[in-house]
Amino acid sequence: MRKDQNLGEYLRAQGVSRRGFLKFCSATASLMALPPSAVAQVAEALASARRPSVIWLSFQECTGCTESLTRSHAPTVESLIFDAISLDYHHTLQAAAGEGAENARMAAMEENDGEYLLVVDGSIPTGNPGFSTIAGISNLDMLKETARGAAAVIAVGTCAAFGGIPQAFPNPTGAVSVSDIITDKPIINVSGCPPIPVVITGVLAHFLTFGTIPDLDPLGRPTAFFGQTIHDRCYRRPFYERGEFAHTFDDEGARKGWCLYELGCKGPTSYNACATLKWNEGTSFPIGSGHGCLGCSEPGFWDHGSFYKPISAGLWGPRETLLGAAAAGAALGIGSAMAARARKNKALKEAEADSS
Amino acid sequence: MSASEAISIRAEYETGNVKPLLHEIRHALERLLKGEDGTIIDMRALPLAPGEEKRIEEALGEGEVRAELNALGPSVILETSYPGVWLVTHRNTEGEIIGRQIEVTFIPSLLESQPEDIRAGLAGLENELAEDPA
Repeated sequence: MRKDQNLGEYLRAQGVSRRGFLKFCSATASLMALPPSAVAQVAEALASARRPSVIWLSFQECTGCTESLTRSHAPTVESLIFDAISLDYHHTLQAAAGEGAENARMAAMEENDGEYLLVVDGSIPTGNPGFSTIAGISNLDMLKETARGAAAVIAVGTCAAFGGIPQAFPNPTGAVSVSDIITDKPIINVSGCPPIPVVITGVLAHFLTFGTIPDLDPLGRPTAFFGQTIHDRCYRRPFYERGEFAHTFDDEGARKGWCLYELGCKGPTSYNACATLKWNEGTSFPIGSGHGCLGCSEPGFWDHGSFYKPISAGLWGPRETLLGAAAAGAALGIGSAMAARARKNKALKEAEADSS
Repeated sequence: MSASEAISIRAEYETGNVKPLLHEIRHALERLLKGEDGTIIDMRALPLAPGEEKRIEEALGEGEVRAELNALGPSVILETSYPGVWLVTHRNTEGEIIGRQIEVTFIPSLLESQPEDIRAGLAGLENELAEDPA
């Protein structure tokens, strides 16, 4: 797509009829979790949408977020949305490397100052700058430099949104989230480990369509996708209401598809859209495949105790909180401190035994 | 046929959402006959257990009209056995479902020719006639 074309012109040049465009808009409205009645509004806005520049930075991450997005086979709606943006820098996907790649980033920043979208996946190490660098530039410096001229920042994945696995105890690199560093730009957190690809493109489509950021929840996540818990939209919810739970992964309850709450499902406390959008082109999601939700879209999910203990066993906070609790116990008296430590050790041992 | 459809799954459980959905469709039909706007239900937004979508399809059945649209992949627009209730399935060029809706309306708007396409078609016809005046 040429930079001077709008999306409507681009699709017409590709031989896509108005009817085909309306089909595209219908799928896009569904992608953005808008009511189907909004299709006409989406069509009007998308037809005149200009191609925004996007710079994608990858820091301390496993590339799962990019994999999630690029695994969809072309030409999906997601890929058409990607055709409609100018992805000017993504060092995992681009052919250029080193200085050539950095020049492309600098050129995109200069040409689109104040207007480009910055997408970040991965957390940012604040310990030794050498923990993670790109072309010799520390992640922290690159984020600050690139965010300066961005219209908005999209933190893709739980690592960028909340620190994620790199931040898990004992957080050896001093990993932090994008919003811990950037405080003067609109930030959209698209959490998940990885996020659902259509949620990533849904947020891009929203920006492309309306030129604004979507409504966000208190954790900075788009309410269209993170407004309800997995539990709210889970097809196993009726079993929960009736108290019908699987107790092991191969008992009668499991075979009958009963609720996985007692097997550690974190659906009741996890906000995400897996239960309706699902994965792998809408085929299934973890609960549909017989495993509880891990709560991967929530802050600190890795340090919240065992994945296989029910929520009622205690939502353990980050270990620093537990250590803080032990310290407070010491101030109150040796006896209570020892009790706190014993509880902490018991919890940590149980979590470690379960994860091993 | 999708991968999950290829595997024989006997769903022993249900959300209980099928019957309320049919009631929602009934109410939408009543509104349509009173002259109010049509209704579109996005199937993707419904929490459904494995097998329930199939049960909805079976409950709605197939009616007199089946139209296929070829634009950015195939779409099937099917009037169900209840006139005014249409099942619209959009696929991409690889056959993957990218959208599924139940439309309660006299005719889904996608079936109507669009003015932009008519204008382009008219220009094409005029060119054709200009090149071959005989």
